[in-house]
Amino acid sequence: MSKNIKFLGLLLTLIIIFIILLKGLNVSKDYSNEKLKSKIDFSLNAKKLFSDETINISDLFDKNSPSVVNIWASWCAPCREEHQFLMKLKDMNINIIGINYKDSPKNAKNFLSSLGNPYSEVITDNDGTKSIEFGAIGVPETFIISGKTNEIIKKYIGPLTSDNLIEIKNLLKKNA
Amino acid sequence: MSNYLGNYSLYIALIASVYLIFKSYLDANSENKDLDKNFILITSIQTIMITVSFFSLVAAFVISDFSNETVFNNSHTLKPLFYKVSGTWGNHEGSLLLWLLVLSIFLFIFLLNSRSQDTKYKLLTILFQQIIISGFLVFILLTSNPFKTLYPIPSEGLGLNPILQDPALAIHPPILYLGYVGTSIIFSASLASMISGNIGDKWARHIKKWVLVSWVFLTIGILLGSIWAYYELGWGGFWFWDPVENVSLMPWFCLTALLHTVIVLQKRNLFKEWTIILSITTFSLSMSGTFLVRSGILNSIHTFANDPSRGLFILSFLFILILMSILIFFFNQNKISNTAKENFILSKETAILVNNWFMMFFLSVVLIGTIYPIFLEVLNGSKISVGPPFYHNLLIPFLIPFLIFMSFGPSLKWIKDKLKKFNYNILIIFFISLLISYVILTKTENSFLLSIPLIVLSIYLLLVTIKDFFVSRSSISQKISHFGFSLLITSILLNGLFSNEFNSNMKVGDERIFNEKVVKLKEVNVTDVDNYKSLKASFEVTNKNSSFALYPEVRIYQQPLTITSEADIKTTLFSDNFLVFNILKDDGYYNVRYQYKPLMIWIWISTIFIGFGGLLSVIRKNEQKY
Repeated sequence: MSKNIKFLGLLLTLIIIFIILLKGLNVSKDYSNEKLKSKIDFSLNAKKLFSDETINISDLFDKNSPSVVNIWASWCAPCREEHQFLMKLKDMNINIIGINYKDSPKNAKNFLSSLGNPYSEVITDNDGTKSIEFGAIGVPETFIISGKTNEIIKKYIGPLTSDNLIEIKNLLKKNA
Repeated sequence: MSNYLGNYSLYIALIASVYLIFKSYLDANSENKDLDKNFILITSIQTIMITVSFFSLVAAFVISDFSNETVFNNSHTLKPLFYKVSGTWGNHEGSLLLWLLVLSIFLFIFLLNSRSQDTKYKLLTILFQQIIISGFLVFILLTSNPFKTLYPIPSEGLGLNPILQDPALAIHPPILYLGYVGTSIIFSASLASMISGNIGDKWARHIKKWVLVSWVFLTIGILLGSIWAYYELGWGGFWFWDPVENVSLMPWFCLTALLHTVIVLQKRNLFKEWTIILSITTFSLSMSGTFLVRSGILNSIHTFANDPSRGLFILSFLFILILMSILIFFFNQNKISNTAKENFILSKETAILVNNWFMMFFLSVVLIGTIYPIFLEVLNGSKISVGPPFYHNLLIPFLIPFLIFMSFGPSLKWIKDKLKKFNYNILIIFFISLLISYVILTKTENSFLLSIPLIVLSIYLLLVTIKDFFVSRSSISQKISHFGFSLLITSILLNGLFSNEFNSNMKVGDERIFNEKVVKLKEVNVTDVDNYKSLKASFEVTNKNSSFALYPEVRIYQQPLTITSEADIKTTLFSDNFLVFNILKDDGYYNVRYQYKPLMIWIWISTIFIGFGGLLSVIRKNEQKY
């Protein structure tokens, strides 16, 4: 290969990488805004953590009011941190659906029996594909999903904080 | 006052930088034999100005001058003095100023240290280094000025983040930066040597010192970051494959490859172009690290600031530098004298080349895992998560051939080695390691097929590197670093294999039995400390014939309401006992997590060995005869 072709090839690769990173800079990391309003595919099937029974995930959602979906794992330390807030949400009678991400059922059950179970139902996600369907990039993540339209109203990346609790409460009220 | 001082000295430094760029460019094209004395003078003025600027920021932090926006955002009058000072570089603006300071100090040292070098080469190094310095100066002055003022002056600062108040984290960034910035000198010097055409064994000897210095700082910097994550975050691990951690690991792989290649260049005058490519890549990776961490492009829980204008600047600057280096590389390639010699398969050169392949492979895996999610998101909007399993699955199997190569590669001779008569010592060592591994593996239930060769080979390598202290003719610094590396791999593997934990709800007086140990929660004391409420628990762990106490703590901060868990870790030579607890509801029960982690301390010690070997090589002159 002649030197010039090598040089041009390298230059072209560089320019492509530059453009991609430039675009990447402008991808909004602010998931709270309206742009992200995408729908959840309710035709997914998943296995329950506690009964090994396979169900359609649309059965888990309340059709008349919004639900909270939380992606978690027993090995994830920030999940442990945010757990107290999920328990508080449960005390407010909010429907929380758990997605157990790449976890062993045994560890997951231990986690819930020792810290408390805030979820109305937990579905397992052994290979992480279901979480990807939800658009998750890691654990923990929390979504608020409208039961009527299947839309993601709000998405939290990383552990919930006490400030988020109030926000979630208001959001649920507004969208009820 | 300190705001003005800091700000204006940066402008003076920028003027000096522009002057030096033009002057060095003009002089490099003339036929002057000696370096103009003005260069040393102007460079020292620039270094002094940047130092003044940096210390005026430190002063603003120390006296809690909240008229400075950076101080207001990141400090607090209640902080201990040590953390006020370290707060200077614990934020975006201050850390860039530190980058700049190290850049200019390194150039100054370089000038003092390379008197005997060719004048044109020195001028060009100054030119490239000043281009980098001016880029950073403009970046700081335009987008991240640490001397922005606030009026009216607030009476109290915002920064009292308890997690960032940690000694390891206080010195981690400066050390890491010394490593990153050291690569800039290597970058400038290799471009300069490319143009002036003096790449060869002499140049290799001269630049090796800088490679070693950066490598030692980078190694120790990564170690400190890992120690901080282990002790302060309390997640019970030392490496999380977080993008922010990965960006410090990537230049390390590249620099390790360069470190070995430079030795070949010095001894055999080979791999000239490859050395230049590695130098350029190492620096580009260090810069990309800054870009990825500072621009908020990464989806990491560790990235805080998100300012696209900053990202745009670093990205453009980075690509101008890379483009410049590619142009220089291609248009000066013919200046590299061809010293190709006959290569034999069984030689130290080949062994080092193999080492380079492995380093490049490890680098590619980490690079792909770190930036592929960004690419995918841009290209088709999908989001993927790359976690530890990706890295483990791709890296661990390749450790097997790597360990094999490392066990005999370093003892090969230059040029051509012969397959000697079978060495019985090696066979004996291999059997000893088989025996040790058998004893170890019978103690664990873990029966992955992969872990057997890994344990055997890592122990084998460990024994070989110990043997080398007595037999091999290679330099002592190499022996220490290689021994440290094999110790590190062995400790990580055994730690991964034997770690275990339990998780349970306990109330005062409860006992739990775990792996023949009894863990008892004796009491919980509640006290009010300065700005938080402290719950200090007292646990007793009883082994067969010994017992020790652990005192983990939960802190409840009021403004803003945050609850932090301080783990208590009991470290011995053989294992770490790690205990952390959390508050459940108000029914007297606490959630307790107890972890047993063998050989934890050896992960730190072995990394210190690795770095110490490098340090020894910097200090000792005229070593490495072989």
